[in-house]
Amino acid sequence: MTAVVDLDVTGSNEELRRFLHGLPGVDQVGADARAAQLGTRSIKTTAKAWAIDLAIRMVDLTTLEGADTPGKVKALCAKAKRPDPADRSCPPVAAVCVYPSLVPVAAEALRGSGVHLASVATAFPSGQAPLAVKLEDTRAAVAAGADEVDMVISRGEFLSGRYLAVFDEIKAVKEACGEAHLKVILETGELVTYDNVRRASWLAMLAGADFIKTSTGKVSPAATLPVTLIMLEAVRDFEQETGRKVGVKPAGGIRTTKDAIKYLVTVNEVAGEGWLDPDWFRFGASTLLNDLLMQRTRLKTGHYAGPDYFTLD
Amino acid sequence: MTSRIEVRKTLKLYIGGAFPRSESGRTFEVDGHNAALASRKDARDAVLAARAAFGKWTGATAYNRGQILYRAAEMGESRGVGASDVDRLVWYAGWADKIAQVIGNANPVAGPYFNLSSPEPTGVVGVIGPSDLVEAIASVIVTGNTCVVVTPRAVEAVFLAEVFATSDLPGGVVNILTGYPKEVGPWLASHDDVNALDLSGLDDAELAKSLEEAASDTLKRVLRPLPVTGMQRMTAFLETKTVWHPKGV
Repeated sequence: MTAVVDLDVTGSNEELRRFLHGLPGVDQVGADARAAQLGTRSIKTTAKAWAIDLAIRMVDLTTLEGADTPGKVKALCAKAKRPDPADRSCPPVAAVCVYPSLVPVAAEALRGSGVHLASVATAFPSGQAPLAVKLEDTRAAVAAGADEVDMVISRGEFLSGRYLAVFDEIKAVKEACGEAHLKVILETGELVTYDNVRRASWLAMLAGADFIKTSTGKVSPAATLPVTLIMLEAVRDFEQETGRKVGVKPAGGIRTTKDAIKYLVTVNEVAGEGWLDPDWFRFGASTLLNDLLMQRTRLKTGHYAGPDYFTLD
Repeated sequence: MTSRIEVRKTLKLYIGGAFPRSESGRTFEVDGHNAALASRKDARDAVLAARAAFGKWTGATAYNRGQILYRAAEMGESRGVGASDVDRLVWYAGWADKIAQVIGNANPVAGPYFNLSSPEPTGVVGVIGPSDLVEAIASVIVTGNTCVVVTPRAVEAVFLAEVFATSDLPGGVVNILTGYPKEVGPWLASHDDVNALDLSGLDDAELAKSLEEAASDTLKRVLRPLPVTGMQRMTAFLETKTVWHPKGV
């Protein structure tokens, strides 16, 4: 691995803009076609079993509803630690992702389990709040026990070309995070073009993101395979350029095992095997976990599983 | 003068309101026609479709379900389905909003409560190798169940599927897989998301036994053996829900 190199392109908005717009453009048709082609790979039997267990270990089990209650979060944490209570060989998920106000409840429930605790912050999901509020939001989440923070970027600032403002904001939030891992949500559904996705990915990585994440899950379209592919290219290129490795997290809209395996294939083919690890790739999902568990049961027992046998959330 | 080239029909499956070929691409010959030969994965897709359709179908008013079955009878009449089959559909259509009155009950209790028992549909029913397709399907769906039917009699089955497809019946309530009960049946019998099995028409006793055994793992309701009346058929796929209801102001 090469030594970490700082790309010195963030002196001014003009300089940053020149760098981001100097990135090679994305061939939209090519990216769509490549993603579609990677989605046709057939993963069966033992490889499928391996992929399912890996996917379970990569899940950020998420609940981000206005109606979330401490009880629901506790139940979710119990599920995160032991997704299939009937089967001890089933691995725990990577993390639980909740709103900041529920972090204390989740922290208590997850203590000592090894499951990470992520909290959304910075006026999730819109990101439309003053910087001071966003930083306070972040500090509060970390102080309450979150070891991962999912922030949203200001799409308004980004789309109007004030890249340095976005950069400074991410940097400030990263500082507010302290030890906690920072995932930067690009909300690709609002970025309009693939070129913007590539630029936003680089911008977030330059500012110190530990993970780049596709979406909040509140905007449609959420995660798509081509967008994830572009982000995986970005983290791969960024590592080559600077020596620093950044993770990717598609979130929202991934509901089936089939979809999850398509993503894993894409990770392997685009970023490489190094990213096939919960430290470097995550799925932001809630319903996906049950489908993974059902497929796991199907492979183990030889007959089809039904949703009646798994918890609702 | 050139003679007209006949338009020949491909016999296909009926899943979720559509007529797909088998995902396996296989066919088998039935009475001189090539028909799609259903596979394990077609059964899986059919159960998904039946489960997805269940909420809406069971939530529809009994009156509405009766109307739709009557509509199927109308379609059957104009498409030349046999008279006895059409009459069967009408007979079952009539039962839709009456069965709760016959087998439901207001139970006497020693307290200031109402105690009511009412029939509720069981869920997704696997109908394997039925001897009478119309009877089997109508009796299962009239009470609010959805079904996955496996039958080798492809010509008749596809004909009937077309009747249901044009009867305002929501897609997925009836799913018909043309193929061998011996191949597809075990996957339905062991499927966790199938709630009941109708084996009453299955002529292979050994297969029926093994399916019953597989069904016991998930405590499925199983209808077997012959003969059964229409009323027995309907009640076999109903469960009784009893509620206590406080009486008074």
